[in-house]
Amino acid sequence: MTSPPSVVVVTGVSRYIGARVAARLAADPRIDRVVGLDPHDPPAGLLGLLDGVERIRADARAATEAIADLGAEAVVHLAMTSVPDAQHGGRAAMKEQNVIGTMQVLAAAQGAPGLRKLVVRSSTAAYGASFRDPAVFTEDTEPRAVPRGSFARDILDIEGYVRGFRRRRPEVAATVLRFAPMISSSAETSLTRYFAQPVVPTVLGRDARLQFVHADDALEILHRSVTEDHPGTFNVAGSGVLMLSQAVRRAGRISLPLPESALSAGAALLRNLGVEQIGMDQIDLFVHGRVVDTTRLINEFGFTPRSTVAAFEDFIQAHVAGSTLTADRLAAAESAILDGIRRVRAAAEPAPAGSERS
Amino acid sequence: MSQDEFRDMLPGHTDFQLPGPPPVQRVNGRRPVPEKPAPRPAPPAEADDGLDVWDRRVADGLAFLRRRLAGAYEVDEFGFDPELADALFHPVLKLLYRDWFRTEVFGIENVPADGSGLVVGNHSGTIALDALMLTVALRDKHPRQRHLRLLGADLVFRMPVMSELARAAGATVACNPDAERLMNSGQLVGVFPEGFKGIGKRFADRYKLQRFGRGGFVSAALRTGTPIVPVAIVGAEEIYPILADLKPLARLLGVPYFPVTPTFPWLGPLGMVPLPSKWLIQFCPPIPTAHLTEFADDPLVVYNLADQVRETIQATLHELLEKRPDPFGP
Repeated sequence: MTSPPSVVVVTGVSRYIGARVAARLAADPRIDRVVGLDPHDPPAGLLGLLDGVERIRADARAATEAIADLGAEAVVHLAMTSVPDAQHGGRAAMKEQNVIGTMQVLAAAQGAPGLRKLVVRSSTAAYGASFRDPAVFTEDTEPRAVPRGSFARDILDIEGYVRGFRRRRPEVAATVLRFAPMISSSAETSLTRYFAQPVVPTVLGRDARLQFVHADDALEILHRSVTEDHPGTFNVAGSGVLMLSQAVRRAGRISLPLPESALSAGAALLRNLGVEQIGMDQIDLFVHGRVVDTTRLINEFGFTPRSTVAAFEDFIQAHVAGSTLTADRLAAAESAILDGIRRVRAAAEPAPAGSERS
Repeated sequence: MSQDEFRDMLPGHTDFQLPGPPPVQRVNGRRPVPEKPAPRPAPPAEADDGLDVWDRRVADGLAFLRRRLAGAYEVDEFGFDPELADALFHPVLKLLYRDWFRTEVFGIENVPADGSGLVVGNHSGTIALDALMLTVALRDKHPRQRHLRLLGADLVFRMPVMSELARAAGATVACNPDAERLMNSGQLVGVFPEGFKGIGKRFADRYKLQRFGRGGFVSAALRTGTPIVPVAIVGAEEIYPILADLKPLARLLGVPYFPVTPTFPWLGPLGMVPLPSKWLIQFCPPIPTAHLTEFADDPLVVYNLADQVRETIQATLHELLEKRPDPFGP
């Protein structure tokens, strides 16, 4: 096993996962220098994390100089947006960041002579969404249909660029991590916002199989892929499955099944109003579901992420507010009904006995 | 005045007892003899908490409802929900299986008691009721009450509602990765290689096996060393006899065929009621494949094995048909 790199460049440090990865790498004594690259300033909540991280406020175009000048030995590319942000330019800016940004980071990485490691964040959306898909995706499964969601299409492009990079710099250990949706008590993603609503819209007649990965486990995997050598493509998800309806029920929320057409029309309307709750990515996920095999990850990293159910439980604990049908209330209702029946029967039973006598 | 008092008052009174009811002899019994359940052991003593049967049923029902509403159940990676299947699907299907089709099962000992197995059957009956009845038969008759994991056409998984019911009942898309994954995890997998050619064939072609596709099921079994259990199902052909197939209408609706049966579409929803044919299910001796693992990609071996399975099923179908001269008999 090679030694950990001394200089690490992390892109996308203004976001939750990027900031945490950078902070964790900076805290690792084996790594001398961690440089965060992001065109935006991190929000105040994440700023405290980034004390030990040198920040360069520049977009991917500046990456070329930065990565070569700094003598980076590892590049961790995390600057991907999964949902267009109306305040930051919408879908056009999202594509710019995801696809063009990746292109530029990879071009810079290709030109950096000292580079030994490249870690790219991907998503299980890379498997596309088709009705002929196998139930469980392994890393070797090819997507059968081009997904409808913009993020999923970006992911396919990003992975295509990484494949090109691997061909051109075969000596660099390139790790592609396909993450299931991340969830934890504190992470904020479009999916956690979705499950935090009191009433959750779902697709009528569809119940997707979902998998999550706990954000802390995702962090651990990212950290290990920088400090250790794990070239290849890996699915990162918690074992086990939650059905969408089951997840909604466990969270104590009420699901509102809508026909798929109504849901996508509603999502488009909200998108035009500047409120992005559900995109085609989510609708694809909710229609087809997505389950991956993590055997390769567990064998290679020697680390088992906590299960989907445990990760989701952690999320529920932090989002009790807004739930209506909690397990406790249901249990209370159950015992109330049973008590009621018993009381009614106790009241009714002596009466017929008495009337028979008379 | 009670009846006894009245009788005592009558003159010429003797100790007279009404004869007991004669032993029930089903002339055209709806239930075949082997179907008669063994006398049940006395029901377990009443629980000590003073609850009677109905109290307990209500309590169980409420607990089930609470678990479902709270999401406190387990689903496997294919979406199979054993609790829902056992509590909801099986009781309903079992009514059809036992009382409507009077199904008889032979050779259940040929189904492996544990470990993986690939059950390959003939397909018929316009809608895939035979697959569901096979599932019930294995759950009901197999000593280990095994769940059959069906491989279904992707059309099933395209339809809203239907796809989720199929997944909850344990089915998944018929593709090699899923089939091998199920077999590697020691499940009993059910497959109907004829596909739509089987269930959409006309009544005139009944019990004539159609082409078996490319034998993908054989290579999946070979790759995992899973024994193949051929099964012949008699009875499904008569439930919706297809007299004609309206191809243009089928193409318009995007389905593989549009059946015209004696009752459908003439009687509307009433035409959906299956005719009460008599069903026989025969499991044939398993064909071991563990010694053929390296031939999984050899088309000749795969084709020969698929042909052997096909011939076995066809021969068994003829045998069963001789056992059942009257399709709608008892």
